[in-house]
Amino acid sequence: MRQWSVRNARMLEWLYRRVEGVLTLLHPLWLWAGYNRIEKPVRSVERLIKSAMFDCHMCGSCVLSETGMSCPMNCPKELRNGPCGGVREHGYCEVKPEMRCVWVDAWEGSQKMRGGASIQHVQPPLANENRGRSSWLSEVRKKRDENFLLGVKNPSQDAN
Amino acid sequence: MLTEQIGSEGQPLPMLEGHDSPGRLERLLRAGKFAVTAEIAPPDSAAPEEVYERARIFDGHVDAINATDGSGANCHMSSVGVCSLLTRQGYAMVMQVSCRDRNRIAIQGDVLGAAAMGVANILCLTGDGVQAGDQPSAKPVFDLDCMSLLEMVTSMRDQSQFLSGRRLSSPPRVFLGAAANPFGPPLDYRPLRLQKKIAAGAQFIQTQYCFDIDRFRTYMNRVREMGLTERCYILVGVGPMPSAKTAAWIRDNVPGVHIPDQIIRRLLCAKNQREEGVKICIEMIQAVREIQGVSGVHIMAYRQEERVPEIVTEAGILEGRSPWYPGIKTDHI
Repeated sequence: MRQWSVRNARMLEWLYRRVEGVLTLLHPLWLWAGYNRIEKPVRSVERLIKSAMFDCHMCGSCVLSETGMSCPMNCPKELRNGPCGGVREHGYCEVKPEMRCVWVDAWEGSQKMRGGASIQHVQPPLANENRGRSSWLSEVRKKRDENFLLGVKNPSQDAN
Repeated sequence: MLTEQIGSEGQPLPMLEGHDSPGRLERLLRAGKFAVTAEIAPPDSAAPEEVYERARIFDGHVDAINATDGSGANCHMSSVGVCSLLTRQGYAMVMQVSCRDRNRIAIQGDVLGAAAMGVANILCLTGDGVQAGDQPSAKPVFDLDCMSLLEMVTSMRDQSQFLSGRRLSSPPRVFLGAAANPFGPPLDYRPLRLQKKIAAGAQFIQTQYCFDIDRFRTYMNRVREMGLTERCYILVGVGPMPSAKTAAWIRDNVPGVHIPDQIIRRLLCAKNQREEGVKICIEMIQAVREIQGVSGVHIMAYRQEERVPEIVTEAGILEGRSPWYPGIKTDHI
């Protein structure tokens, strides 16, 4: 299934954008229900879907859209910034020789995606305290915060 | 100019305008010299004398010495330890830092400690997996990867702060390096990966063993097209193979080493395989030197360190320079 997701990275990228849009729009609903209260059910749904599609490890800081829809936490070294130097000929993993390198897949997936160039973004070290938490909800909250900040900024710019 | 590059024993050099470290390696590379670095094998020992002996072999032939950090996931004396001993003697050290064994807290502490001990160059590596070594049950850490490590040390140096933002009263003045493997898949992504490492802070690159000159030329063509040779110094990894059997073993068992069949065949057909290995190494150095954008070589002569001086001499890459070493008479230069 993970391989399928990479092959269909373009379509999934589109789908992801849509889902993100919908989830962000539903922000008032989440706020009303309480982010902490819905964390658990949302996390369960997220785990179910992403485990099936990406072998998700629930790192809580999802970067799939910047890694060609290939989950980097499947890399035995959990590398989030590209393939190590140990990739075997034909693209297999150094640590698990029977597994295809997650980053060889990521590179292929990224080339199919519209925003594939974001594979070049340097990812910060993982926030380990977010492991096991829903990255959808934290993403939505971040988006709303950004929008909120922009909303505050714009009127002041008009005033100037 | 050259006399300025000489630092007396244990004394840091004055920082030059626009430089990031007080080290000789940065000075040489920025001056456009063809640099030679070599890898020291850290001993399985607690005796300083063993470290000094191993370093002495390179005297007068290399510009900086790389201290490996548990390479191949085998335990030896730590790179901080080896570097501390050798910087006391005045050697220019490249401290290798791998992400396999330490988390971000430990690494930031080591970076400060090493810089305080006179280390002017740090090579940021991801590190081989624990399965490659003799203690495969060890917990692989990989809290950072080479890229986030580069970014972290760059920010310690340039922003004078820890990853948390907490201030440093004196930043580590280090020239930052990274590894590159132009020979591993996905081949078409490798130049982009180099670009990403430069964006994260890499100033010099030491590559994996180069035995496939054609593959390396293709890589360098792309790297030049992308303008990356103007943004970093590339030192090509080379080394002598003692026999065809060892070469084949390394190809199959050491992560990331690509040795074409023709090299192994050439060793196999040679009367004296060990000598042929040295010859191949010298030829490789001369070949990579001709490639535009190559700033030096990094010699990894594992268990054949004593051959490094003749390899350097016969390859003729120092152009009459005599790299500094403890006890050198400065009027020779």
